[in-house]
Amino acid sequence: MDIITIISGIFIFAGCFFIVIASIGVLRLPDFYTRLHAAGKADTLGQGLIFLGLIIYEGFNLISLKMLFIVIFIFIANPTATHAAAKAAFISGLKPWRKKDDN
Amino acid sequence: MSFIITFLSVLIFWILLSGEFSGLLLGFAVLYSLLVAYFTHDLFVEKFRGYKIRQFVKFLLYIPWLLWQIIIANVQIVRIVIDPKMPIDPEMVYCKTSLKTDLGLTLLGNSITLTPGTVTVDIGDGEILVHGIGEDHKLAIIDQEIEKKIIEIEGTDNV
Amino acid sequence: MFNTAAIIIILASAIVLFRAIKGPTVFDRILSVNLLGTKTVVILALIGYIFERPHFMDLALVYALINFIGTVALLRYVDKGRLD
Repeated sequence: MDIITIISGIFIFAGCFFIVIASIGVLRLPDFYTRLHAAGKADTLGQGLIFLGLIIYEGFNLISLKMLFIVIFIFIANPTATHAAAKAAFISGLKPWRKKDDN
Repeated sequence: MSFIITFLSVLIFWILLSGEFSGLLLGFAVLYSLLVAYFTHDLFVEKFRGYKIRQFVKFLLYIPWLLWQIIIANVQIVRIVIDPKMPIDPEMVYCKTSLKTDLGLTLLGNSITLTPGTVTVDIGDGEILVHGIGEDHKLAIIDQEIEKKIIEIEGTDNV
Repeated sequence: MFNTAAIIIILASAIVLFRAIKGPTVFDRILSVNLLGTKTVVILALIGYIFERPHFMDLALVYALINFIGTVALLRYVDKGRLD
């Protein structure tokens, strides 16, 4: 087991950790808008870290270039999809959860 | 000009994805790139404005700062999700913005979504609606910092 | 290493699927399906390494594009009732 495998393994499992956190956040948080926070941030970074780990494992060739394209596309598209979901929910009149209503 | 930019982008992307350099495939690549560029060049590059090298350098310097903000945001999200009491106090806030161009507004919206504690909900003329999680209400200050950086990237002379 | 990562992500998908079934509003379901799609992209890339088939990366790239377009189109349909 050489050093490159270990570094890429650290990146991949850090990405898995953030994806699991995003999933638990989507399950636990109280309403749609707060779930967007978990989905929009943690999932983007988790995917980015996993693909970064695979790029380090692969070295520089055509496949790692494709993975770089996937990472760039994810970092543009994932916040855009989050924004589209938030805007659609806001226009349809979904009320955000407030702390005072809970008590 | 926009036609040439679209054609070259599509052609380079095709060649990078296929990874083959035989004559027939390159011929198909040029043919399809011309066809796609003819139909979509006005969508891909809306209006060509002369960007300066200084703005490009500012953009490249903006990316590491954004990555660092993304890491801070994720640590915050992890802390919120793992905490059993769940320390959140969500709120919708209207913020003002002076950005006008589509590129600047897109960059601002995506950056706000990725930076700590805030998600962009709606973007209109001179006004953005932001949903903030978290108990400290420092949203507006952070957003003005992002906006200052994006105005530097856009440049004031060619808006 | 890739096997373990793929299993962890499949378990995370199960958690998200629970939210997609339960979700009180339609937007929760769309968000969950979007998250399942992004996890599918990662699983496709990892499968390419587990079975040593590098062409799975093309599938991952195309699935990332389709997932984004599908989510936006679905939100537009829910929002306006039509797609034009």
